[in-house]
Amino acid sequence: MSLALKALFKQPLAARVATRTPRALVSAVRYNSTATGETITVREALNQAIEEEMERDETVWLLGEEVAQYNGAYKVSKGLLDKFGPKRVVDTPITEMGFAGLAVGAAFHGTKPICEFMTFNFAMQAIDQIINSGAKTHYMSGAFAKCPIVFRGPNGAAAGVAAQHSQDYASWYGQIPGLKVVSPYDAEDAKGLMKAAIRDPNPVVVLENELMYGVSFPSTSEIASKDFVAPLGKAKIAREGTDITIATYSRPVGFALEAAELLAKEGISAEVINLRSIRPLDLDAIIKSIKKTNHLMTVEQGFPQFGMGSEISAQIMESEAFDYLDAPVCRVTGADVPMPYAQNLEALALPDTEVIYKQAKRVLNIE
Amino acid sequence: MASAASGDTVTFDLGDSAFEGYNIDVPSTSVTMGREEALGMYRAMQEVRRLEMAADSSYKHKLIRGFCHLCTGQEAVPVGVERALTAEDAVITAYRCHGFTYMRGASAMGILAELMGRGAGVSKGKGGSMHMYAPNFYGGNGIVGAQVPLGAGIAFAQKYNGANACTVALYGDGAANQGQVFESYNMAKLWDLPVLFVCENNKYGMGTAASRAAANTDYYTRGQYIPGIRVNGMDVLAVRQAIAYGREYAISGKGPLVLEMKTYRYGGHSMSDPGTTYRTREEIQHMRSTSDPIMGYKHRLLENGVATEDDLKQIDKQAKKFIDEELAKAKAAPEPKSAELWDDVYVKGSGVPYLRGRVPEETHYY
Repeated sequence: MSLALKALFKQPLAARVATRTPRALVSAVRYNSTATGETITVREALNQAIEEEMERDETVWLLGEEVAQYNGAYKVSKGLLDKFGPKRVVDTPITEMGFAGLAVGAAFHGTKPICEFMTFNFAMQAIDQIINSGAKTHYMSGAFAKCPIVFRGPNGAAAGVAAQHSQDYASWYGQIPGLKVVSPYDAEDAKGLMKAAIRDPNPVVVLENELMYGVSFPSTSEIASKDFVAPLGKAKIAREGTDITIATYSRPVGFALEAAELLAKEGISAEVINLRSIRPLDLDAIIKSIKKTNHLMTVEQGFPQFGMGSEISAQIMESEAFDYLDAPVCRVTGADVPMPYAQNLEALALPDTEVIYKQAKRVLNIE
Repeated sequence: MASAASGDTVTFDLGDSAFEGYNIDVPSTSVTMGREEALGMYRAMQEVRRLEMAADSSYKHKLIRGFCHLCTGQEAVPVGVERALTAEDAVITAYRCHGFTYMRGASAMGILAELMGRGAGVSKGKGGSMHMYAPNFYGGNGIVGAQVPLGAGIAFAQKYNGANACTVALYGDGAANQGQVFESYNMAKLWDLPVLFVCENNKYGMGTAASRAAANTDYYTRGQYIPGIRVNGMDVLAVRQAIAYGREYAISGKGPLVLEMKTYRYGGHSMSDPGTTYRTREEIQHMRSTSDPIMGYKHRLLENGVATEDDLKQIDKQAKKFIDEELAKAKAAPEPKSAELWDDVYVKGSGVPYLRGRVPEETHYY
């Protein structure tokens, strides 16, 4: 392991992600894109996406706690009130069930709301409106009512915020027919997926990550384009490889890429898939990769039971990819405990680069 | 209730007990309308009554499954509400929705077919009794209270798009205690949303009497900082007058109102509830004989010379015949095609590549 990377491991978790991205985290595969030499944070990418879509379509509006005058609890909506005014950027009371329902109703009747939850933990109060009113209505009404809404906000573990503020809801929302669910990793994902989500006529849940907001990535011509929309339902190969497939989403993509670097130094070539989309899941991308590598490991920070890894395992077993596996699919997940506060315990509850690196070797039966 | 029918218009006097105000003046109790319109409301109530009776009998003949909540006895509310609104106004209610669906423009055949799970149903057979829609009518909602924030949201969109319209968001005495109702009151008042919160108080939340569920059963005052009006919900003219009054208030930018319609259902909460374990048969009989909305309106029309006994009997016959015909059409309509299982999960043209069936081999590719 290089000295630089060793030093990286010694830094506390929060400090590590606050720094500039090491080269390892940069997507190794680019198609038709040119780096413009500048960088952009995930937060800026989300801000730009929302701003561009609000400019493009007058029926798009944003609501949530602190989105307007406070410029966003995490500053994702910075500057939007100044630009678009209070009609289109609306501060809500702290009443998730009420304002999520209000947003769904406004979506039924000719507007396109972006409904922010300060974190998805709070969205549990509103989940009936998201699922029963939002996701299912188009079907139940025989296509009468449409619900072009985006529910967005930080999802999953942050740093030191403990049990009630750390849950990953990807598998909960991923289960629901009628919803689309995406989870960006880098700035390109954030911009492209958010724009696509806002333009999509279905209800879309965008699961962001608080610890990724401040992370910089190289800006590309795609990101700079006002018409760049990432297709919902398509994964991205973040790093090509031949020995093992690591499928993951959101912040763990970064850890997987770091782990791949460590594995490469030992002659192991890992392919990292940034899923981007939870529902619909790009199973084809995973199958194609397994045909190459014969090994699959999934990584998520959410609870282990009934999670994303469980689902991918099951789908892979039911697919032609089963015949290509040289080992059972292995899931790397959060620990099955409510998130503890103490830093050392929190670290033991979440998979990081080292856990992924070690587990990949186990899957490959390498000491 | 003295008044006169002269030429094409008639003036009714609703009497002092029609309205009670909370921090607001009540509407005028003198109502003038065209004779045709007056008769039309009678016909409409009769058609809604007949529609619900057809649903009742179909359910007992096992043509309808699952939940079925009838508004028999409450007809004055859907009819009175509709007659005070324009097509651009919006309505949303909970699961006791057949009367509203009909008044908002769905066909009786479409409603009955939907109840029977036929492809010709208003929701293509995919929704059933609780999920019926019509132009600017957003259901038909199964989760108690959820429709209230939705209604506030529809009003938000109306205001956002500069529409000269309001939303009527209805809920029952049971739902009136839900937290999300108060969250809706708060946002509606804060942002002056053109929404009328209308509590259909039929005295029972399923089997629980209102007084056993609510610390304050004066539902028209529950909006606290929102003015309210209590209305005799068995009087179709009072309902219409109150909604018209409320509509003007809301559309003028003054924000929401809370209206309470005091009404009564003869049937149980749903077809699975006999409705007699928590109230007496005497009470039901008493309401039928003294407060029936159709009978009460009939007396009004006769007294004011708007129609004769025979005129109204004719309308009764026509309504029955009409609904019988619609029922026959609905019974003859086929079930949805199997392939329709996969339709409309997402908006057409923006769906997903495939959805899994019961087994991998039943996966549906779009």
